[in-house]
Amino acid sequence: MAALALLLTGGGDAVSVSAPAGTRLAGRFAAIRGALGRRAVIALPYAWLAVFFLVPFLIVLKIAFSNIQLSMPPVEPVMVWTADHVLQLRLHFSNFTFVFGDELYLAAFVNSLQVAGVSTLFALLIGYPMAYGIARAPGAWRNILFLLVVLPFFTSFLLRVYAWMGLLGRSGPINALLMQLGIIHEPVQLLQTDFAVYLGMVYSYLPFMVLPLYSAIEKLDLTLLEAAADLGCRPAKAFFMITLPLTKEGIFAGCLLVFIPAVGEYVIPALLGGPDTLMIGRVVWDEFFGNRDWPVASALAIVLLVILAGFVLLLQRVQAQEGEA
Amino acid sequence: MNAVVGAGVETGQKGPAPYVRIERLTKRFGDFVAVRQVSLEIQRGEIFCLLGGSGCGKTTLLRMLAGFETPTDGAIFIDGVDVTQVPPYERPVNMMFQSYALFPHMTVAQNVAFGLKQDGTARGEIESRVQEMLSLVQLNGYEKRKPHQLSGGQRQRVALARALVKRPKLLLLDEPLGALDKKLREHTQFELVNLQEKLGVTFVIVTHDQEEAMTLASRIGVMRAGEILQVGTPADIYEFPNSRFVADFIGSVNMVEGRLIEDEPDHVRIECAQLGAIVYVDHGVSSPPDAPVSVAIRPEKIQLSRERPEQTDNVLQGVIAGIAYLGNATRYLVRLPTGFLLRVTAPNVFRHEERLEPDERVWLHWHSSSPVVVTR
Repeated sequence: MAALALLLTGGGDAVSVSAPAGTRLAGRFAAIRGALGRRAVIALPYAWLAVFFLVPFLIVLKIAFSNIQLSMPPVEPVMVWTADHVLQLRLHFSNFTFVFGDELYLAAFVNSLQVAGVSTLFALLIGYPMAYGIARAPGAWRNILFLLVVLPFFTSFLLRVYAWMGLLGRSGPINALLMQLGIIHEPVQLLQTDFAVYLGMVYSYLPFMVLPLYSAIEKLDLTLLEAAADLGCRPAKAFFMITLPLTKEGIFAGCLLVFIPAVGEYVIPALLGGPDTLMIGRVVWDEFFGNRDWPVASALAIVLLVILAGFVLLLQRVQAQEGEA
Repeated sequence: MNAVVGAGVETGQKGPAPYVRIERLTKRFGDFVAVRQVSLEIQRGEIFCLLGGSGCGKTTLLRMLAGFETPTDGAIFIDGVDVTQVPPYERPVNMMFQSYALFPHMTVAQNVAFGLKQDGTARGEIESRVQEMLSLVQLNGYEKRKPHQLSGGQRQRVALARALVKRPKLLLLDEPLGALDKKLREHTQFELVNLQEKLGVTFVIVTHDQEEAMTLASRIGVMRAGEILQVGTPADIYEFPNSRFVADFIGSVNMVEGRLIEDEPDHVRIECAQLGAIVYVDHGVSSPPDAPVSVAIRPEKIQLSRERPEQTDNVLQGVIAGIAYLGNATRYLVRLPTGFLLRVTAPNVFRHEERLEPDERVWLHWHSSSPVVVTR
C-alpha cells in the first residue's frame, strides 16, 4: 500500500512539469525518472515485507482472536455474514486471558528470556575476543579467519544440531575423550540437559554476534588507542575506556541478532534439551500441532512478538539518547 | 619573522646539555629502512621542525620519540634519561596527532581531562587545569561539546589543549596545521608560536610544508630517505643549503649544472653550459677541480634591467618568455640564448611602474655572493 502511494506521488511530480526549452524538459524528465527509480528501489523491499511479513502476521493476529472449532482450519471465522445480512465481527479475548492466566506459559516465557539472555552473554564473551582477533589479524589472515566464521552456514542448521547430538551422546566422542583422560569413569549425561541447550545456542548464534562486532572493531581508529597510550593510559585500561565504548553499536547489534531468534528458538531445545526444558518455541509448537489449539498458539506468538518488539524499541531509544548526548 | 621566533634560542650546538638527544637512531620495517642512523640534538624550549616529503621518515622518527615505534638501533635521551625502551604511556612526552585523534564519545572537557585522570590527579586540580588550558586555547564555553560538534580549527585547539595539559617535557606535533584551510593556518601558526613561548615547552614538529616550517621553527632538520641532510635555522637552510636537494626543496631555485674551472680561497669560477656563461662566486669551494658542481640561484636574487648593468661578471642577456603578476611581486621566465629558462622574481615596489613586456630583450645580473655552489 505504502509502495503504491509512493509511486503515485512520483506520478504527481510528472504532471506539474511546466514545459520550457526542450533540453530543460529532458533534464526534468531524467530527474523524475531518477526519483521514480529511487522510489521503486525503496518500494520493492517494502512490498516484499508487506506480502511475506505483514499479511502472515495479520492472519496470525486474526487467529489469535478466534476460537477453536472442529473443522479445517480448526478455528472459527472472525468475521461472519449472518442470515439477516449483518457483518458480524467476533473477537475472542479468552485466548489472551488464558495465556496470561496460566503459570506454565509465564514460566515458559521467563525461561526462554533467561536462556536467550545467558546464551547472548556467553556469545558476547566468546565473540568479542574472536571479532577483535580477526579485526587485528594481518590482512591475508583476516579473510581466512572471516571465512571460518561464516563456514558453518554452508551446512544446514539442522544437520549441525544433529551433529551435536552425536558429539554429546553417551557414547559420543566427548564422553570418550573425558574417559580416556581419566577425568570421568563412566559416561555423563550431556545430551538433554540445559548445558546442551546453552551450548547449542551459543554455537549456533555465535557468527551473528561476531559479524557485527567485527565490523565495529575493524572501523575503530587505531590512532585513538595511540592517543590514549600517549596520555598515559595503559593498554588494558584503554580497552575499557576507548575500544569498548566505541564498539557499543556492534555490541548492541550482535546481542539483538542473537537474543531475538534465541528467545523463540525451537529446534535446539527440542533436540538437545531434556523433556523439562521449557521454552516458548516448544510450547507454541505443542499447542499448534499437539493440541491443535491454533488460537492459543497464535496468542502466544503475538505476546512473544510484543515482548521482543519492546526490547528492540528500548534498545533503540537508549542508542538514540547516547547519540544525542 | 623568523628572527623573532628563533630569537630565544642559540643556534650553535654549544651551550647547555641538549634536552633531547637522538643517537644513531635506525628503524627498519623488513627490508625498508625508514630512518637511517639519525643523530640529533634539540635544546630546551626550541621549536624544532622535521621537514621532508612523504616517506622521508620524519613521521617514523616522531613516532619513535613518542614511543609508538621501537627503534631497531640507537637511543633516545630526554632530559638526560634514556627513554628508548620506555612505553608511550610512561614517557614524559605528549603528541598532537595529525588527525587530532580526539575521543569521539567524550566531551571537550573529558578529552582534555583524560591525560590527567590517568595520572590520578585530584578532581579539583583536574577541573582547574582543564579550565586553564581551555582558556589558553580560547575554548571556554565549549566544555560540553562533542568533537563532531566542533569546527576543524576548534578540534585542532582541543587536541593541542589535551596534549599540553599534562605539561609534557616534549610536545610532538604531526602536521599540526595540515587539516586547516589556508587562512586559518596562517592565524594558527602565530597562536602556536605564542603558546609555545608562554609555556616554554619544547616542540618537535613534523611537516611537509616548507613555509610552515620556516614560520614556526627555530631550527629545521631537512630529511630525505630516512636521513637528515641539513640542520639549521630557517635562514641558514634557505641561504646556505648544503646540497642540491635542500636548495631545491626549500623555496624556489634555479639549479644549473657546471664545472669548476677556477678554485681560489676567495672566489671560484664555474663554467655553466646551460647558461652559456661563466658564473663568478665570491667564496671558495672545497671541491676537487674539474668536479661537477651545481649552482643554485634564488629567483629573487636575480635582477632584470633594460639597460646593460655596470658590473662585468654574472651578466646575461635573455628574452622574457612568461610573466606572472602576483601583486606583491612579479615572476618572470627569461629564456637565455642557450634555450635555458631562468626564473626571476622582482618585487613590485612602485605602483606606477613601467613593467617589462613579453618578448622584450632584458639584461640579467646578480651579485657575486648570491649563487650557492653545492657539490652533492
